[in-house]
Amino acid sequence: MTTAAHSGSRNGRDQPLWYGALGRAAVVIGATIVIAVVMAFLLLPIVALFTYQPVHDLIDNFGAKVATDAILVSLKTNAIAFAIMIALGTPFAYLIGRRRFRGRSLVITLVEVPLVMPPAVAGLGLLVAFGRVGLLGHTLTVLGIDLAFTQAAVVLAILFVASPFYLRGAIAAFEGVDSTLLDVAGTLGAGPLRRMLRVAVPLATAGLGAAAALAFARGVGEFGATILFAGSFQGTTQTLPLAVYSLFDANLDQAIAIGVLLITVSVAILLASKLVGSWTSSRLTSPSPGERSSYAQP
Amino acid sequence: MAGLERPLAGRIALGDEVWFDAERKLNVTPERRRVGYLPQDYALFPHLTVAGNVRFAGKRQRPDLLERVGIAHLAGARPSRLSGGERQRAALARALAREPRVLLLDEPFGALDAITRQQVRDQLGDLLKTLRLPALVVTHSFDDAVVLAQRIGVLDGGHLVQLAGAAELTDSPATARVAALTGANVLDGTATPLPSGSTIRLTTGGELVSTQRASGPVQIAVQPWELKVCDPASTAVTDRVVSVRDDHGRLLVRLTQFSVQIRPDSNGRPVIAEGQQVGLRAAPEDVRVLVSEDASLSSVR
Repeated sequence: MTTAAHSGSRNGRDQPLWYGALGRAAVVIGATIVIAVVMAFLLLPIVALFTYQPVHDLIDNFGAKVATDAILVSLKTNAIAFAIMIALGTPFAYLIGRRRFRGRSLVITLVEVPLVMPPAVAGLGLLVAFGRVGLLGHTLTVLGIDLAFTQAAVVLAILFVASPFYLRGAIAAFEGVDSTLLDVAGTLGAGPLRRMLRVAVPLATAGLGAAAALAFARGVGEFGATILFAGSFQGTTQTLPLAVYSLFDANLDQAIAIGVLLITVSVAILLASKLVGSWTSSRLTSPSPGERSSYAQP
Repeated sequence: MAGLERPLAGRIALGDEVWFDAERKLNVTPERRRVGYLPQDYALFPHLTVAGNVRFAGKRQRPDLLERVGIAHLAGARPSRLSGGERQRAALARALAREPRVLLLDEPFGALDAITRQQVRDQLGDLLKTLRLPALVVTHSFDDAVVLAQRIGVLDGGHLVQLAGAAELTDSPATARVAALTGANVLDGTATPLPSGSTIRLTTGGELVSTQRASGPVQIAVQPWELKVCDPASTAVTDRVVSVRDDHGRLLVRLTQFSVQIRPDSNGRPVIAEGQQVGLRAAPEDVRVLVSEDASLSSVR
């Protein structure tokens, strides 16, 4: 009945039947072209990097001294920066995310400033803050600490550039935790530390994980701040992105091999964070109370 | 009471333990008060199992608590798998694991549908009786309060206007709002003193006699079951029937100004019809004269 009425109304229009079909085909073709162009633009450079040299050359190039040195430097500095970021950033984000105080939004905005800062400028800033002639330079020299062009400088550069990504995501993740759960944890005898570690952190896992992954990916790719503040010395401060830059003139094959490595790591992080996200959200979904019994209603 | 809000004034103490005192600027944190708190949506930790939720409050496993609230078989389940009633019991077990000195239940049935609500209410009433713990239940429903409570405190506009048993609230409400809460008809009128009691001329028309002496503008309260329907010619108060509804074997008659509860005739048929004009009568001892709202508030303060 409804189908008949439907087709009746369609025939009643002044358009020939083929008009609608042609229109739909045009939309489909147009959409396909737009999607194809955008995806090709985004993926083509990646495909080019992977196919630039035969696979066995690629693997050989990973083994070059300059590459293995850079891998070690990157691993070490990023691991240390990541650990510091999680250890300090998590309680910081919890405090900012859960407390309401004057100037809170100002703090959040200031945390995000490094995100919009050009990395090279960040490097300059670190140099004039912690370098020998910098603001804290004299104090640090007195203490016998010389940061500029050391591995510690690489760690600071990564921390400065990458941790705002974590802080911003972690603050949002903690803001999303149901206050009642934290209140109840308090009435059940949990002090502030236990409320954070046993309730807020597990409930914010998905958001924290995504933010940490983003920050880690940003840290591994860090270039501008590192090269200005820490320099590019093979084996001490030359991370993978710096190695790509220094090999660019000397040995393009090796530079591209390292590039492939960096892309693989980044994509792996991206996939991992997506998987963790979908896994935690499905584990924690809870239907609203009483939902299960609602079928009992007449 | 749980320490989650800071009151502006007053004092909260349990026995000799003072939890809050505005004058002494004392405010004990929630984790150091022993209040078993059940929020409206029960707030079970979604990332822990039922047993994990209970263990959060204590230092050891407490299978006996789950047994006691009747959900031992759900120890390993996640809260998202539980029904509303089961969640409430899990939350109760968790609160008890805290070894509280008082229970605080906030709108314990707010999150439940009508059928579950009745079952859960009866079960909770039984559980609370066996616990031998003082329990404070916050509710908007007078029915819930009657089932669960020995004493009911009525809060109105932030003030405790009456604290009494359900029967006393019904028989001698302190204010018109308390009377309305118990389901009474509350009407405005003007009282004229008689040698024994008074006559109240209702603003909506008609007169009722009370055994209480009063004069001037008053409010009166009459319970629906205390009103008798009679021939409109034989009484001073008449009203038109708006609807008639069967309520558990009784008839709930809604008129334009009153609601009345009457028995159907022996065949179970309604004795009155919608739109009918009827007379109403109440025994003088059932017509309660209420002091005006302002006067009663100041007497409580």
